[in-house]
Amino acid sequence: MEHKHVKRVDLIFEKVECREILEKIVKMEPDAICQEVLESDLKGRGGAGFPTGMKWRFAANETGSIKYIVCNADEGEPGTFKDREILDQVPGKVFCGMAIASRAVGAKKGYVYLRGEYKFLIPRLNEELIKFHQMMDEFNHNFRIQIRLGSGAYICGEESALFESIEGRRGEPRNKPPYPTSIGLFGKPTAINNVETLVHAVVIIKYGASHFKELGTKDSRGSKVFSVSGDTPKSGIFELELGMSVNEFVEEFGDGDTKAVQVGGASGFCVPRKRFEETIIGFEGVPTGGSMKLFNSTRSMYNVLHNYLDFFTEESCGQCTPCRVGCQQLLKGVEAVKRGDKNSKYLDELVKLAKTMKRASKCGLGQSVGNAFGSIVENFKEEIIY
Amino acid sequence: MVSLSINGMLVKVPKGTTVLDAAKKQNFRIPTLCHHDDLCVAGNCRVCVVEQLGGKALLAACATPVSEGMQILTNSLKVRSARKHVIELLLSEHNADCTKCYKNGMCELQNLSNEFCVGDHLFLELIDLKNYTIDRFSPSIQKDDSKCIRCQRCVRTCEELQGVNALTVAHKGENQKISTFEDLSMAEVICTNCGQCINRCPTGALVERTYLDEVWDAILDPKKHVVVQTAPAVRVGLGEELGFEPGSRVTGKMVSALKRLGFDSVLDTDFSADLTIMEEGTELLTRLKKALVDKDPTVALPMTTSCSPGWIKFIEHSFPEYLPNVSTCKSPQQMFGALAKTYYSQVRKLEPKDVVSVSIMPCTAKKYEANRPEMRSSGYKDVDYVLTTRELARMIKQAGIDFNKLKEDKYDSLMGVSTGAGVIFGATGGVMEAALRTAYEIITGREVPFENLNITAVRGMEGVRVASVQIEECKEEWSFLNGVELKCAVAHGLVNARKLMNAVKSGELEVHFIEVMACPGGCLGGGGQPIPTNEKIRKKRTEAIYAEDMSMKIRKSHENPEIIRIYKEFLGEPLGHKSHELLHTHYTKRVRY
Repeated sequence: MEHKHVKRVDLIFEKVECREILEKIVKMEPDAICQEVLESDLKGRGGAGFPTGMKWRFAANETGSIKYIVCNADEGEPGTFKDREILDQVPGKVFCGMAIASRAVGAKKGYVYLRGEYKFLIPRLNEELIKFHQMMDEFNHNFRIQIRLGSGAYICGEESALFESIEGRRGEPRNKPPYPTSIGLFGKPTAINNVETLVHAVVIIKYGASHFKELGTKDSRGSKVFSVSGDTPKSGIFELELGMSVNEFVEEFGDGDTKAVQVGGASGFCVPRKRFEETIIGFEGVPTGGSMKLFNSTRSMYNVLHNYLDFFTEESCGQCTPCRVGCQQLLKGVEAVKRGDKNSKYLDELVKLAKTMKRASKCGLGQSVGNAFGSIVENFKEEIIY
Repeated sequence: MVSLSINGMLVKVPKGTTVLDAAKKQNFRIPTLCHHDDLCVAGNCRVCVVEQLGGKALLAACATPVSEGMQILTNSLKVRSARKHVIELLLSEHNADCTKCYKNGMCELQNLSNEFCVGDHLFLELIDLKNYTIDRFSPSIQKDDSKCIRCQRCVRTCEELQGVNALTVAHKGENQKISTFEDLSMAEVICTNCGQCINRCPTGALVERTYLDEVWDAILDPKKHVVVQTAPAVRVGLGEELGFEPGSRVTGKMVSALKRLGFDSVLDTDFSADLTIMEEGTELLTRLKKALVDKDPTVALPMTTSCSPGWIKFIEHSFPEYLPNVSTCKSPQQMFGALAKTYYSQVRKLEPKDVVSVSIMPCTAKKYEANRPEMRSSGYKDVDYVLTTRELARMIKQAGIDFNKLKEDKYDSLMGVSTGAGVIFGATGGVMEAALRTAYEIITGREVPFENLNITAVRGMEGVRVASVQIEECKEEWSFLNGVELKCAVAHGLVNARKLMNAVKSGELEVHFIEVMACPGGCLGGGGQPIPTNEKIRKKRTEAIYAEDMSMKIRKSHENPEIIRIYKEFLGEPLGHKSHELLHTHYTKRVRY
């Protein structure tokens, strides 16, 4: 296979005059905004990849005068740190994206739910928010944004747990349906988007859907901001065109000894060297919210897995059985196998359990524990056992 | 209507129906643990998962509304495997020492593990019993976290039905637990001891503090004279524990069983309920007189009832500024207890120290009430032991009595005669109705102007009910009440009590007399009543209570011959000196934290 280079893009961090965007959107019909975003094929950049235009249209179609826009800035996935940079570099663009959403959906109030550890960003964000609100007044667009700070629970990045947290309750995911677009924050229709998604919306409004679609593949349009970490000489934040293979990625970022890449953080998939070539980073292959962690041959995949399971055991909200108890069983289970207290066949039982967790858990957290577990155990079984 | 298929069978159900209920309609029972008819949907135990054809994830049947064309499988391979996993996971963090458990044989988790043949321990044992101690500080409720499956039924009960929030979820992940404020014992927090959480706990994590052994010891001690009183709601609930349908009246069989158990005298709390009406009715009229005639600004109105110890603890914590409004009357249980060791002992020529007074209550808060320091006006502990309806059923089983075959028997005399007014204390609105039957007649000399004395306006399952009675043509000494519209309000379930009190506080609601029962449906839905409970069952018990009332010869408290006798021979008059000494008390302001 011919090797092509990973294409660097500079759309997200590009400085944009928000005024121009706002001028444009106040003249646009709300439905035309939804249509433009829908045509761009923009998919949610938090990781789940729900079509943004569709989400907005669902919320727009809801009757009722009170609706909300929520920016999910509770970036907690291990190995993901791109939203922090976006909020730091181009906070105005994030607010501008929310304004676009508010116009599309018909919302007058927005919330930014900021990860607790990103508290240091608040002075900067508030400064920008004052300017933003002044601009809102100038354009006679009735939309106000409030910043809410999380308190460190990973689960509050799950959209419905995030709503519970904003509402002042314990951050526990809700049952779905109903989905946030019909019953969301404070029981009202809500469009909730990742920080990066909102900035992409600005890019789409600025340059048009067709320009956005020039990048990427059929299933994964546009670019994506990646947080690269692990065994790499070039860790950091990179905006890259979607659709590359893991191999191409490793060529660019690896240290020459990469044995596996964890795509999508603790809740994502582990791609072993033998699959680098065939695996596309994107919605047709392995999706990611941004986290790309490289492991070279000095790393013990048992330790990697143990670390992830330890994380989930602590960060499960604890309400549903498969997740609360399942995580503990997986963690204690691999320990028991490693120690020799359980034989290697027990791993098969644990893989079955991970499948149950994927199928029967209440929210995305429990449903995705099996991703890392399954892919690491499948590909590095010997490292887990011996 | 929405059509869908359940295991290939078509079914039509109204929009908004859950998959769980749609399946039930097709005669497919889907197992549940966190689901409860009285509570909001949680969807957290995941034992009710079902498969939707074409869907990736399984659905929680209790939390998923039906949609058109849905094809549901309730017993597919994926479902069975997931369900068994869920049960096994729950067992792996559960103290499954079933034979030692109070709920052995009555545990929903035990039933499920039996149904699914979870014999071999597939997963690792996660629970370390060294880390657990049973909270036995409360005289009413025993909390054992090692048996908790985190279904949160208790938390939802405490919040949604009672508005108390004594129980809450704390921590996350592996450390998640059902806890109290600062993880204090149940005895040290704002718990009202209502026991509604016990009624809904699927396992043995929340149970009543039991005093069965103490009662047996007293019965079997030849030196002790053991009197037992039975609350009105027990007779319409006990049957459920012993093989009868909900709503069965088993008064006669219960009396017969109690005698066989060896109680020396089987008496009736209904008697002291009638006494309560005499005292409380007079107290209300006295307060009205002070307010209307003497224009005394210090008199506290509206007056509220004081029969429900859950309500008392609630108001002490949550509305202490309204404590002067609470009737000073002790509850019927405590009036009975005080008289058992005075009047009863005197007439029966017994030494009060040899008398043991036991009460059978539909309630767990009564256990707390009996232990209050205020409740020793006879010079002894007025009520020595309180057993719940469930505990009595257990005693009957322990004694090997075939309840069904028992002949009906009658209460013993002296504090054993009662009226229909006493019986309806067991249902929400009952105290109000009984009080009105008597008060109206005291004031006007005529019976209450309702057909068959049934004041239906104060009955029912509405959370807060308001009613009024127009008072006209009074007797001379009550002429100041001529033309007064006596307004009353009734609430059951503490969440409704809070609504009612907030309305009183804001001035939105102006009434003279308030009845509050802490438990949904009144005492018949009490925390000591048979499990399970739901509105349908509570309605059956309510019907039974009113049927019992209709079956009584005397249906007004002031016509109870034993009441007339006790005033003549012992108490003198309502609110008299002796009454004050034995039958009245005051309560204490408590903090929320």
